Amino acid sequence: MPQAEAEPQDEAKESPTASKKQPDITYDVTKIKKKPWGRRREDRRLEKMKKLKQKPNPNPKFKGRVKPSKELLEKYSKGKGVNVKGVKLDIHKKKIRKKEDKIKFAEEQAAMAEILLTEDAGFLEADSGETTTQFTQKQIVDSVDIAAATKHFDLHLDFGPYRAKYTRNGRHLLIGGQRGHVAAFDWMTKKLHCEMNVMESVHDVCWLHIETMFAVAQKSWVYIYDNQGIELHCIKRLNRVSRMEFLPYHFLLGSCSEEGYLSWLDVSIGQLVGQYNTNLGRLNILTQNPWNATLCLGHAKGVVSFWAPTSREPLAKMLCHKAPLLAVDIDPSGTYMATSATNRELKIWDVRKLEGPVQEYKLVTSANNLAFSQKKLLGVGMGNIVEVYRDCCITAAKRPYLRHRFVTPISNFKFCPYEDVLGVAHGRGFTSLLVPGAGEPNFDSLEANPFQSKSQRREAEVKALLEKIQPELITLDPTVIAEVDTPTLQDKIEAKKKLLYLKPPRINYEPRKKAKGKGGSVKMARNKKILQEEATKEFVKKKKEILKENTECAKQNKPQHVLDRFLPKQK
Amino acid sequence: MKVKVISRNPDEYLRETKHDIHKVQRNFDPALHPFEAAREYTRALNAVKLEKVFAKPFIGSLDGHRDGVSCIAKHPKKLSILISGAFDGEIRIWDLPQQVCLKNFVAHNGIIRGIAYTPKGNRFISIGDDKTIKTWNIKEQEDCEVNEPKNTILSKTVLNNISFHGKASTFATVGEVCQIWEESRNTPVRTIEWGVDSLHDVAFNPVEHNILASCASDRSIILYDIRDTDPLRKVIMNLRTNKVCWNPMEPFIFTAANEDYNLYTFDTRNLKHPTNVHMDHVSAVTYVDYAPTGKEFVSGSYDKTIRIFEAGKGHSREVYHTKRMQRLTCVLWSLDNKYIISGSDEMNIRLWKSKASEKLGPLKPREKAALRYSEALKEKYASHPQIKRIARHRHVPKHIYNAQRELRTIKEKVKRKEANRRAHSKPGEVPYVPERKKHVVKEQS
Repeated sequence: MPQAEAEPQDEAKESPTASKKQPDITYDVTKIKKKPWGRRREDRRLEKMKKLKQKPNPNPKFKGRVKPSKELLEKYSKGKGVNVKGVKLDIHKKKIRKKEDKIKFAEEQAAMAEILLTEDAGFLEADSGETTTQFTQKQIVDSVDIAAATKHFDLHLDFGPYRAKYTRNGRHLLIGGQRGHVAAFDWMTKKLHCEMNVMESVHDVCWLHIETMFAVAQKSWVYIYDNQGIELHCIKRLNRVSRMEFLPYHFLLGSCSEEGYLSWLDVSIGQLVGQYNTNLGRLNILTQNPWNATLCLGHAKGVVSFWAPTSREPLAKMLCHKAPLLAVDIDPSGTYMATSATNRELKIWDVRKLEGPVQEYKLVTSANNLAFSQKKLLGVGMGNIVEVYRDCCITAAKRPYLRHRFVTPISNFKFCPYEDVLGVAHGRGFTSLLVPGAGEPNFDSLEANPFQSKSQRREAEVKALLEKIQPELITLDPTVIAEVDTPTLQDKIEAKKKLLYLKPPRINYEPRKKAKGKGGSVKMARNKKILQEEATKEFVKKKKEILKENTECAKQNKPQHVLDRFLPKQK
Repeated sequence: MKVKVISRNPDEYLRETKHDIHKVQRNFDPALHPFEAAREYTRALNAVKLEKVFAKPFIGSLDGHRDGVSCIAKHPKKLSILISGAFDGEIRIWDLPQQVCLKNFVAHNGIIRGIAYTPKGNRFISIGDDKTIKTWNIKEQEDCEVNEPKNTILSKTVLNNISFHGKASTFATVGEVCQIWEESRNTPVRTIEWGVDSLHDVAFNPVEHNILASCASDRSIILYDIRDTDPLRKVIMNLRTNKVCWNPMEPFIFTAANEDYNLYTFDTRNLKHPTNVHMDHVSAVTYVDYAPTGKEFVSGSYDKTIRIFEAGKGHSREVYHTKRMQRLTCVLWSLDNKYIISGSDEMNIRLWKSKASEKLGPLKPREKAALRYSEALKEKYASHPQIKRIARHRHVPKHIYNAQRELRTIKEKVKRKEANRRAHSKPGEVPYVPERKKHVVKEQS
């Protein structure tokens, strides 16, 4: 306090003692008392002072907290935020600003937390004069550590062509051979859960939400087995299914059939949520968009269609090629879609905007299999060759990153989540290839944990079931639920139009009980008729008014022509 | 060639012994957490449903009075002690956590009209229909017979209510007139009159200690300053006000429980019209009490329900009722902001939670965090139709439901009639009167 008091005296003295060396005036802001009934001006003065006297950093070696870089913030950004300009009241502006600050803080915290990540992504770099394409699996396996080398393996199986899928945490593998062989195992420890022959043709296999259950699309119906190979269910309503996809957050098993039906089965309650005839012929290209959980079908006319269980019609259709499609895949962040057709084309599309193509490639032979990895590497299967492309979405990739040749044709392949592994199922079994830099090195235990214990799995299952997203929320833009629902002008007009086609209200007329001889059924009927006619008249009148309003609106919206001023004035 | 593939050492990811907790790796990359909005929405929906599941506000009833409970007083310092007076002149002292009666004695001949604690809480004063003011000096723990008051004053006028000064040993009683008493003296220090009608409620301001509000049977609310000789101001309403309560946090605000089913919040600086009208009761409101935070208040009504209002909102956030609870005579909000105490006609005192779904007792930190998270979610998604519907829904007894429907039709009728009159008269002849201005007749000073 004494220092603050000294201030006016010093100022007063200032002019006569200008030549003298002035003592430094230091304000200790903390010692100035705020007035108990804080006046605004007072507060501002304090703030100004604070700005003036920012203490210099006592230890310039350590610059304090480093803010995350712009790119990093962009990655964790939750959108632009609300514009306060349109908000009328100050108090609401303040509230919104406070909220925005909180969101910004959360973004920053998330970005800062990136330094805590422990693992680094894999890579493969060629020396000068070499290309990465020339390295064979053998060379790669020889030069990585022993633990990683065990991830490359070959299974020679005789019930060929196989299909294979990994669980969401990348720990377990399910393979199904065309001729009935189904096996589920932990591919890292090579521990077999079950192996059996279903004695029917197997068209596709699919894990359900946990590794203790999987679905197999057999000759006519879909069966669900547990990890001991015991048949749990036979779903006869899913008939002649060719491909299956599981939507983990919605607990929906999506499947398409050879007869052109697309269906969603809620595996938590065992009910079909939707089953529609697509009217687009035989379906055998199915993939999901992991960003918005729509199912994505490829058709023989070169069209890709996006489907949600709530609508009988596709949400969107894209004409991608002028030839029958062979494969479709969408990357895990839901940004890019790769399509390939029989005319040897491979195109990359921006699937959020339904625009594109971002990239176009012409391949040597047509690609009949596509798969994106978590780090946006694209695997392309052509006959018995699998090629992996790096950075092929934004920039045009000139040559494949890796290539591998098999003896028999490839039937499908998937990148293993959280691992640098590409699992290829082919005519003579299954091969696990090492693809450095394919997987996300740092997993989130609460989302998908490769080292999950039994109790953790159980708890996660309960949590996931509690958070099951309703199938109605599947839309092209999944953030729509968090946005303000403002009816557009078009919606309003349509609602009004709908009103015009309503029926006039029915009047429930209950006649008063009258004394004997005063009423009579004829009179009653007449009264009723009169009332009803009146109601109808009123309704018609209202309708006309609305119609008039609408036309006036339309008139106002019409832009005025320059020459309109010469027209006679309309009343 | 340089090559590296992901190779994790399981030791870094698995716990060492069974007694450790599981290791948790986090990666906040948005790509690994899809459907953020939809999942949050589902969580919010679950949270609001769970809130409904756990909404069990009734804790217990204190049973013992042999006639209807006429008044209750809360101890200014202790949370566990409660005093209640009945229509038969009996006073009971209760231990709230044990839910037992510590003492009971007949204090007055006739109805007990009011009980008030001294600010320190070592004495209390009761008034009754026998025109006496009795001061009681009671230590609750002792078993001694306390049938003898410490001091008895015989008043010359009828006494209807009492309120104690927040700091000094002064108290005010109302009846035919408003009287200010000093505890040490047997005659009123001052008598203040305005008009000839009798007064039935009085309340000292808990913050601005010298300000006093009282309600008169001529439908008015009168404000006094005890340092002054005359009353300050008066506002006359359409119908009688039963009870006034000051906001403990904003000293210039008070809420009045009115006979016309509504509560009115006034700003003393402008009594021309209330700042807020709180509607929802379907019968006369008999009692109102503020929460110690000043953000909410509770009201009891002749329609056998208790309602909790947020101070700034026009409609209640909660309604409490039981099959057996009859007309409410008094409702209090406990000083720890957690409980509501209600006394009713049918001789029972009931204990309620102020937040219906709140868990009582200490919470673990993770529990607290989870509750805070779900609170935030509920707030964020509050305006979604599904969530709004579930959060708003309350079951009310049939008579309330029917009365609400009837009131609604009456209001609609009035509105329609006004609209018709407006349509058939000169423009401007039938003005729009805001709800807030409808209920006040005039302000006098």
